[in-house]
Amino acid sequence: MMKAVETDLLVIGGGATGAGVAWDAASRGLQVVLADRGDLATGTTGRFHGLLHSGARYAVKDPRSARECAAENRILRAVAADCIEDTGGLFVSTPADDAAYADGFVAACQQAGVAATEVPVTEVLRAEPHLCPGITRAFAVPDATIDAWKTVWACARAAAAHGAAILPYQEVVRLMVEGDAVCGAVLRHARSGEEITVRARYVVNAAGAWAGRVARLAGCDVAVVAGKGVMVAMNHRLVNAVVNRCAMPGDGDILVPVRTVSVIGTTDARVEDPDRVQASADEVRAMLAAGESFIPGFTQHRALRVWAGVRPLFAATSPTSAETRDLSRGHTVIDHAAREGVGRFITIAGGKFTTFRLMAEETVDAVCADLGVRAECRTAAETLPDSEERHYYWIGARQAQAEARPVDDPLVCECELVSRQDLLVAAARRPGLDLDDLRRALRLGMGPCQGGFCMARATGLLHEAGHLDRAAANAALRDFVEERWRGIQALAWGDQLRQMRLDAWILLGVLDLEHLPE
Amino acid sequence: MTPGRLALTAVGDSLDRCIKCTVCESACPVAAVTSLFPGPKTVGPQAERFRQSQGSSPDRSVDYCSGCGVCTRVCPHGVRIAEINARARARWRGRTGVSLRDHLLARPVLTGRLGRPVAPVFNWALGQRPLRVAAERLLGVHRAAPLPRVVGRTFRYRVSRRRPPRSPDRVVYFHGCSVDYFEPWVGQMTVAILEHNGFAVDIPRQGCCGLPLQSTGLFEPARRSVRRLARSLSPAGTDGLPIIASSTSCGLMVKREAEEILGVEDARLRDVSRRTYDLFEFLAGLHRAGRLRTDFTPVPLTVAYYAPCQQRGQGIGEPAMDVLGLVPGLRILELDRSCCGIAGTYGLKREKYAIAMAVGRPLFDDIAAARPDLVACDSETCRWQIGRATGLPTVHPLELLYRAYGGAEPGSAAAGPGGQ
Ligand SMILES: Cc1cc2nc3c(=O)[nH]c(=O)nc-3n(C[C@H](O)[C@H](O)[C@H](O)COP(=O)(O)OP(=O)(O)OC[C@H]3O[C@@H](n4cnc5c(N)ncnc54)[C@H](O)[C@@H]3O)c2cc1C
Repeated sequence: MMKAVETDLLVIGGGATGAGVAWDAASRGLQVVLADRGDLATGTTGRFHGLLHSGARYAVKDPRSARECAAENRILRAVAADCIEDTGGLFVSTPADDAAYADGFVAACQQAGVAATEVPVTEVLRAEPHLCPGITRAFAVPDATIDAWKTVWACARAAAAHGAAILPYQEVVRLMVEGDAVCGAVLRHARSGEEITVRARYVVNAAGAWAGRVARLAGCDVAVVAGKGVMVAMNHRLVNAVVNRCAMPGDGDILVPVRTVSVIGTTDARVEDPDRVQASADEVRAMLAAGESFIPGFTQHRALRVWAGVRPLFAATSPTSAETRDLSRGHTVIDHAAREGVGRFITIAGGKFTTFRLMAEETVDAVCADLGVRAECRTAAETLPDSEERHYYWIGARQAQAEARPVDDPLVCECELVSRQDLLVAAARRPGLDLDDLRRALRLGMGPCQGGFCMARATGLLHEAGHLDRAAANAALRDFVEERWRGIQALAWGDQLRQMRLDAWILLGVLDLEHLPE
Repeated sequence: MTPGRLALTAVGDSLDRCIKCTVCESACPVAAVTSLFPGPKTVGPQAERFRQSQGSSPDRSVDYCSGCGVCTRVCPHGVRIAEINARARARWRGRTGVSLRDHLLARPVLTGRLGRPVAPVFNWALGQRPLRVAAERLLGVHRAAPLPRVVGRTFRYRVSRRRPPRSPDRVVYFHGCSVDYFEPWVGQMTVAILEHNGFAVDIPRQGCCGLPLQSTGLFEPARRSVRRLARSLSPAGTDGLPIIASSTSCGLMVKREAEEILGVEDARLRDVSRRTYDLFEFLAGLHRAGRLRTDFTPVPLTVAYYAPCQQRGQGIGEPAMDVLGLVPGLRILELDRSCCGIAGTYGLKREKYAIAMAVGRPLFDDIAAARPDLVACDSETCRWQIGRATGLPTVHPLELLYRAYGGAEPGSAAAGPGGQ
């Protein structure tokens, strides 16, 4: 007999959008189940560029998005401070950029309500010693960086505090339709293969680039186009603020200081299958070359890792009045009842990380209207867990923690300063975690050595603490290392190649990773 | 003037070359003896990724780096670990402020100037335990730390009435503060040795190189000092002349640290830096060119020689060993240890004295086991530390050379703090 769960709302997809919907709906009093086929934030959300937009990037091209970003930026700073680093942002005119763009840019920012102030170039160069000394103008904007994993988990925890059930590693394999409405789904556990049914009064499809596939399970046709974007993480912070080129948005024109690294991106290329995206060596070279235009010597710096994410771009095939679609808005709430006659089913498509809360608000407004629930959205005023004190995180936080740590709690991951205690506490909090989940939770193995030093330690500790039996420990280590190395292949030269060689000597030569017992 | 952008980013960016191989951590003499210092890789390339290029950093542990520079020297990948740490230390100090003690230790000229007129009293006070205990409480200078005695008559005074020989071969002498106020005989012997080899020695007026300011984290005054010094060492009419330093640490400051740690980019300094030679580096070069006089009388002594960190940091080998090897009768035992612990003013500080002594312990033990007549070491603060810790007369190697040339008994003028 298949296990069955009943709920008001099933949310499919645990990215920023789905987690936001779960938080919003749960805080309005709905009973919510949130399911993702993997861990939370392992889709596009876990692979994005890290930027909490001020709106400035869209000011010229897409004023409506700019206005939304500006508003959401302010709200998230208040409710999700713990997930945000207030790096500030800069728009700089490099010698290669059209100087006239800057004037239009300032005017557009003003119109969209984005605070942009011109800063003397000498001041900017003092604060950003790596920046091209030939820049002609610079503008400060309230860009910031935001931690995707922290944010999504904070939303999930807030939802859980309002009674929601959070189900990672549960893939929706079937949608159940009764009459002219969706009434639930069959979920299959990614590891055990065990299936459960969730009967729901309403289903929201927040599967991002996979939303088309999920909609098809209910016979609906949503044309979500996957747009691949490539990003390269550089070994350390080359800039302290988010640096954007002050020009029409293009490829590789933003450098984002994300915690200990700086990430250059990105690109936009249509791909057929969002599950098969890979960055090529050519794309890496193109990104590094793009960096050269605002950070002289960029290509000489150590590139750490490359990855790609897929934008969920919504291309409407048959727009109807029930759709709130507006190309310039970037996101769309699709009510399938009006569109295809499939009730109690909404797809939320497109958008940005920065606007996830707004997207969730609009989605849950529609759900509530449909269910006849009268409840106001509360997420603009309800601080997320750990953000109550409204302190932004800062780059030195882990270093400060490490300073205060007792000597008998040694570092496991030296690059990201994760201690043994950190690891064991995180593992105990969510039993059944794999190494990659711990990586996201702790940033374990995400630094320069990409797991070369820490993963064997971590696996051993988890085994010792009873979280992984011998076979599982060996397999986990192997899988993890393989996945990390995949992200280095395309940039294995110079320092990073030397790192890989050392890692290989340790893991293959000393530990004989390839021949561990099964 | 702002520090050079490129010099600063180049050293900081060298962290990219770190592959965590941990060679520096195994070589670090401080991390080996205290858990207060987590190690050069940890506070250097690793922690640097958590520091903003502006503003302070939270890592007080970097303050336990002694700055000996062993880490940079052993790094097989070219990470400027010690330099990264020196800057981080300065930022940490920027956050906590600099104590009165550190202000004093950072200004040896001031101590020298204050102490000189009352030298007998000052030196007597240094030996009085109750006064040292009081100084430890009030100032934080450890009661047992090796402090130099000031002399009544400075080096500059002593050479002021000298009549320099005329010679077409001229050099400039960079004597530093220590020679002027604490060990004038080192300067006098340097001048005598150079003159014996046919050089006319210019001794321009000069101030502090700024090294103690730098290691205390007072970067701005340090930059001013070293710029001023570069001007002093290149007075009109001395273009292109070799500049000879008898202090290895001050020499290192001019040669490398001013640019690499302080980020000073200054044409005058660069010129001076290129022309600066450690005394024995210069003498060994003379010997290779067949120009060093070897009219030595035998020196029948057993000497334990220790090449200090700052000299190794110059990357010039061990020229004192090469030159002293020419002296008949002299038996030299080379001490192969990485640090004596003092690292400038590090080991003077109350909270670091025990660490410094533990760092130096293997060296002191080696010396005790070797039972030499004398210890020789090129750096003044190391001499004071070793002399104090071993109770043996500890001299600059040039004192042995001076004696080989027929000068006075080494160690007689130079009993130093260690001798008593
Ligand atoms: C390269 C790139 C850079 C970007 N940079 C930025 C930026 O700097 N700032 C910004 O604001 N925005 C940025 N974005 C946009 C932003 O990342 C996305 O809009 C946002 O993360 C999308 O979140 P989501 O929750 O809608 O989708 P996702 O995060 O992809 O979530 C969808 C989830 O659905 C799950 N799923 C799929 N199928 C099923 C199923 N059958 N059953 C259960 N679960 C399923 C997936 O596992 C996935 O976790 C960027 C996008 C890209 C591509």
